[in-house]
Amino acid sequence: MIEPLQELVNANPALVRRGRWTDADMLLGIGEDHWLVAIRAGRIERIEPEAWAVSGWDFAIKGTQEAWQKFWQPMPPPRHHDLSALIREGKMRFEGNVDMLLANFLYLKLILETLRGKV
Amino acid sequence: MRIEPIVGRYGHMEIGGRAHRLYWEEAGEGIPLLCLHTAGSDGRQYRALLNDAEITSRFRVVVFDMPWHGKSSPPEGFQDEEYQLTTDGYVDLVVTVARALDLERPVVMGCSIGGRVVLELAKRHPDLFRAVIGLQSSAFAQRYFPIDPLHKPNIHGGEMCAAYCYGLVGPGAPLAHRWETLWHYMQGGPGVFKGDLHFYSMDGDVSDRLGEINTKVCPVYMLTGEYDYSCTPEASRETAALIDGADLTIMDGLGHFPMSEDPERFKGYLMPVLDRIDGMS
Repeated sequence: MIEPLQELVNANPALVRRGRWTDADMLLGIGEDHWLVAIRAGRIERIEPEAWAVSGWDFAIKGTQEAWQKFWQPMPPPRHHDLSALIREGKMRFEGNVDMLLANFLYLKLILETLRGKV
Repeated sequence: MRIEPIVGRYGHMEIGGRAHRLYWEEAGEGIPLLCLHTAGSDGRQYRALLNDAEITSRFRVVVFDMPWHGKSSPPEGFQDEEYQLTTDGYVDLVVTVARALDLERPVVMGCSIGGRVVLELAKRHPDLFRAVIGLQSSAFAQRYFPIDPLHKPNIHGGEMCAAYCYGLVGPGAPLAHRWETLWHYMQGGPGVFKGDLHFYSMDGDVSDRLGEINTKVCPVYMLTGEYDYSCTPEASRETAALIDGADLTIMDGLGHFPMSEDPERFKGYLMPVLDRIDGMS
């Protein structure tokens, strides 16, 4: 489902530059499904689907199916157009090393937006 | 080279009993329109208004950077203090600046924290202001996100403030204006945005005082962007319902920084309000 993320990010030099100091294993939760997204120097090194038993991730971003579905619409509706908005709505949560997540927050918001209209 | 009609100057004044060096910009002639920027940003948010001849032909638009923000310095000794904006301090600041600049019964328009304080100004000083315009205005905003990361040594403050505000810009905003708006946030001093939020979600709850506002003496206009999840349209509606005679419009497609993120779209909502104020003056 989120596999296009790898190409969308890696083919975008501005995003890769923005994340050049970002090395992180991010767990992405979409409803009951989980993916491990391995980020190295701003590039997506690999995406592992069905990552339900994975350990050792740095931080997790978990949202309801509906939250992500609306977030990834080409023009998302109010209160579903941003990770912070979804947090406020109670439809998303962050886990793990949240400081690390927040230190890279702008980069993470921007890479996750690249999937708009693509999933 | 094209030169803008905006003039910027520094003034020295006492604010809250301390000497301050304050920066302000202005353009135009007519009814004074004093503009208040959002938390953690500065007066550049009103760049389009200051450059709009349709507005400056009738209004003297005045925008100042709050102390600690933009080109206004913090007071002497700031290095040993924690900056925290309070209701009393903010009200005193606006009244002091309006007096120092000799503004005669100005209209005061503020966004976010500014949108909150204009309600307090309408209540405490209806004689000093001919009307207030609250952008993204609500009586109170529930904190929904931790604010310590805005000023923490392991997280870049400028990047963090911009990330915090990124989604508060409406998703349809023109890219240039979106990033200009975020740039102001990236340039804020360490801990300043966080210090402003003390007023926004701790000290500045005006809910129990709104009934005292007399809109016949000081009309209250409110404009709120539909994409704002910090001051939501619902929060503005609840606030407006508590002020007899308040005039609220929800602005389609706009977020938390209407005058900066999409000035053209915002103008469509602002002009009818300015026309009404102009008509009654």
